[in-house]
Amino acid sequence: MVARFKTPGFYRALLGTALGGVFATALTWIVRMSTGHATFHHYLSGEAILTVSLIACPIFFVIGLGVFDYWFHWAAGRPTRPEDHSNHGAFTWKDYFKVNTDHKVIGVQYVVTSFIFLLIGGLIAMLMRAELAQPGAQFVDANTYNGLFSVHASILIFFFIIPVFAGLANYVLPLMIGAPDMAFPRLNALSFWLLPLGGIVMLSSFLAPGGSFANGWTAYAPLSTAAPVGQNFFSIGVQFAGASSIATALNFLVTIITMRAPGMSFFRMPLLVWANFSTSLLVVIATPFVAASQFFNLLDRSLGFNFFNAAKGGNVLMYQHVFWFYSHPAVYIMMLPGFGIISEILATKARKPIFGYRMMAFSLLAIVVLGFTVWAHHMFTSGMPAWVRIPMAITTVVIAVPTGIKIFSWLATLWRGVLHLDTSMLFALGFLTTFTLGGISGVMLAMIPFDIHVSASYFIVAHIHYVLFGGSLMTIFAGVYYWFPKMTGRMYDERLGKWHFWSTFVFFNLTFAPMHILGLQGMPRRVATYSAQFADLNLMISICSWLLGLSTLVFVYNIVTSWRGGPRAVANPWRAMTLEWQVSSPPPVFNFDKVPTVVGGPYEYGIPGAVHGILEPAHVGGAREPAGVSSGTHMSGE
Amino acid sequence: MRNRRPLIVTLIAAAIATAIGIALSFIIHWFPVQASAQAKNTDRLYHVLVIASIPIFVLVVSTILYSVWQYRMKPGEELKDGPPIHGNTRLEVIWTAIPAMLVLALVSYSFVILHDNEKKPAREIQVQVTGQQFFWSFVYPSSVTGGKPVESDQLYLPANESVQFQMRSKDVIHAFWIPAFRLQEDVVPGITTTYRATPDRIGTYPVVCNLLCGLGHSTMRTNVHVVSEAQFQQWLKSKGASSSTTVTKP
Ligand SMILES: [Cu+2]
Ligand SMILES: [Cu+2]
Repeated sequence: MVARFKTPGFYRALLGTALGGVFATALTWIVRMSTGHATFHHYLSGEAILTVSLIACPIFFVIGLGVFDYWFHWAAGRPTRPEDHSNHGAFTWKDYFKVNTDHKVIGVQYVVTSFIFLLIGGLIAMLMRAELAQPGAQFVDANTYNGLFSVHASILIFFFIIPVFAGLANYVLPLMIGAPDMAFPRLNALSFWLLPLGGIVMLSSFLAPGGSFANGWTAYAPLSTAAPVGQNFFSIGVQFAGASSIATALNFLVTIITMRAPGMSFFRMPLLVWANFSTSLLVVIATPFVAASQFFNLLDRSLGFNFFNAAKGGNVLMYQHVFWFYSHPAVYIMMLPGFGIISEILATKARKPIFGYRMMAFSLLAIVVLGFTVWAHHMFTSGMPAWVRIPMAITTVVIAVPTGIKIFSWLATLWRGVLHLDTSMLFALGFLTTFTLGGISGVMLAMIPFDIHVSASYFIVAHIHYVLFGGSLMTIFAGVYYWFPKMTGRMYDERLGKWHFWSTFVFFNLTFAPMHILGLQGMPRRVATYSAQFADLNLMISICSWLLGLSTLVFVYNIVTSWRGGPRAVANPWRAMTLEWQVSSPPPVFNFDKVPTVVGGPYEYGIPGAVHGILEPAHVGGAREPAGVSSGTHMSGE
Repeated sequence: MRNRRPLIVTLIAAAIATAIGIALSFIIHWFPVQASAQAKNTDRLYHVLVIASIPIFVLVVSTILYSVWQYRMKPGEELKDGPPIHGNTRLEVIWTAIPAMLVLALVSYSFVILHDNEKKPAREIQVQVTGQQFFWSFVYPSSVTGGKPVESDQLYLPANESVQFQMRSKDVIHAFWIPAFRLQEDVVPGITTTYRATPDRIGTYPVVCNLLCGLGHSTMRTNVHVVSEAQFQQWLKSKGASSSTTVTKP
């Protein structure tokens, strides 16, 4: 028994968490005592202990789990254990619950964890829609309702969209560039384990005295800095998500720059790699700003720093500038990896090279640069100096141009192709339509007089969901279906997949399109009760949103049953050219038994004999391997 | 060469869809009533944006539908690939330049509207707005009352007269939104924010706090009463303003 608490694992992690609580109590006691709190009663403050625990417990947990063991050994000057790869690769399902350094295991851990957060966030959304089905108060009070939409957005942004992309790329990207793993496998494991912890911190805020954080995912000061202690769960939860995504982004950058297979120049990289390269640049530069904004809030709220307290010389608008300096680029952090996924799928399923490959890569870089110049378009009505609105409006419409280039290039990729309309392709085409609508409403919002009317109204709610659901989530579903055979070695059910697509596509539009009208008509967001004139549309939206939620069950059922008992997948069921499809499904533990050599572009469809990479030097100049063509398992639904 | 009929059918369908979309954009009641000069400008801007957007959306959707219709894999094509077209510089220049010109034209037009909506008129009255959890209050300064300032929790405005709201917050950020005017601005502790409106339609319209300000946020509502000049003066008097004549209407 004692041994269990000594070796890395969940027992030691739980022990660590308990020690974290003891440490937090001791630290606050010592600090409060030494700073002269007069009576014994004041030596202990529940709120201070809780706040310090929120920071300490997750850190002690990952230490207990064993994420740091190797580094501690090394730092202490002790002989590091020879690499035995015992924590690399998964051989039973239990291995997914351990610290693992295999990027494929971490990728699956990431994706599954984030999808659990998607289901939780979606469930919260349906509770909100139940409250909003009728104009008056239904069954939650204002505080709970404010908590629901705050946690909904925070969980889905920080613990679903951002990490699920990191998870998919974690699995696919090293394979795509012909690398055996990520550059820093142990850092990769740390990145993953911070994620469920941060998510649990945020969700457990519902148990905090005074309720969960309830100031939106934007947490504007000074309302947030005077909120009950639940607010600290947000400030601290964001730190774990942020640290995780910064570490992953560094990992991707180093992996992409240093570990590409011989022959893979930058302009032979698949666009998914380009997309994650661009995203990682955004993450590394921007994420420290959201971390800072929440540290400021934490210091303001818990220690009275008055950064944002106007009465004490603080500057209220400063918070918004720092916050949006991250949170606008974050929109692209949540979109560029999806662009990469769509490029892979459209080229493969239209059997054509991506139209204008170089422009696709350059437009990603243009978005990275321009993405840092538009943040104050979220502040057109904030009371900042009026002239700032003008340059921000111009950059905001200009950034639509590279995005437009991508959409037109994808359309041109379809032109004269041979379209395989399976589930991932349907999601890709659905994405093109819904994301175009989100892009159009985005350009409209750049028009200052119009934005002045609809800012913070339901029009914004509609826009953000067209971008993050109609945009990001559509690409995520597309990507999950596309790489499901590679990740699990099984085929999914096409028929159920198509049901999932059509129900999602229809109910998504019925849920979110009417919200544009509500906003134009004058309905503010973030309210539990609203004027009776909006009742009919809201009832319809609520009903459609529940059906939209139900459509997710089709997806869950399909994935779970196919993973357990779907037909075996061949190595390359889509006859794709990128490297991840040239190895078995799922790939061997170290990905490539021979280092692949890249000899051409990633999308050379239609050129007889063209190949992207070769695994066996003997086959140079040989015909492209039609691996998987004969199996037929993927043809059933087409 | 390929049969051109499907392409022609698609183009006609796209043209009809665009026409229907634009017609619908005139029929749909997008907005609440227009009660200010600014509302007319902003609604016109919105309409221009919608009309410019419809052909773009129709282009995207009809290209997808045409491709699905014409290029979907037919039986026997399981191993077929499309032609290896890698790009077309002229096309790429076109779809970079045209959208760029379009959005720059639209944003320039929006600046014209913005300038119109915000320019200082020869004469205007001021109303001081105070936001606090969870109600609004208003002060009419002596420049408006002609005597001592008038305080009220009601907002009365004379029609066809430019008014500048000078807004302060006593606690957290609020937003002073009058949907019928199509105008709002945040009310921020520590600074005074302003905007101006020219109400031009007599009536009573909702005033909505549009920035989460705490538990009572959704109840932080009042009304703006746009009344005739004479009624406005009468109302001011009833609130205790001196009867001496005011700055309005020389
Ligand atoms: Cu933005
Ligand atoms: Cu409010």
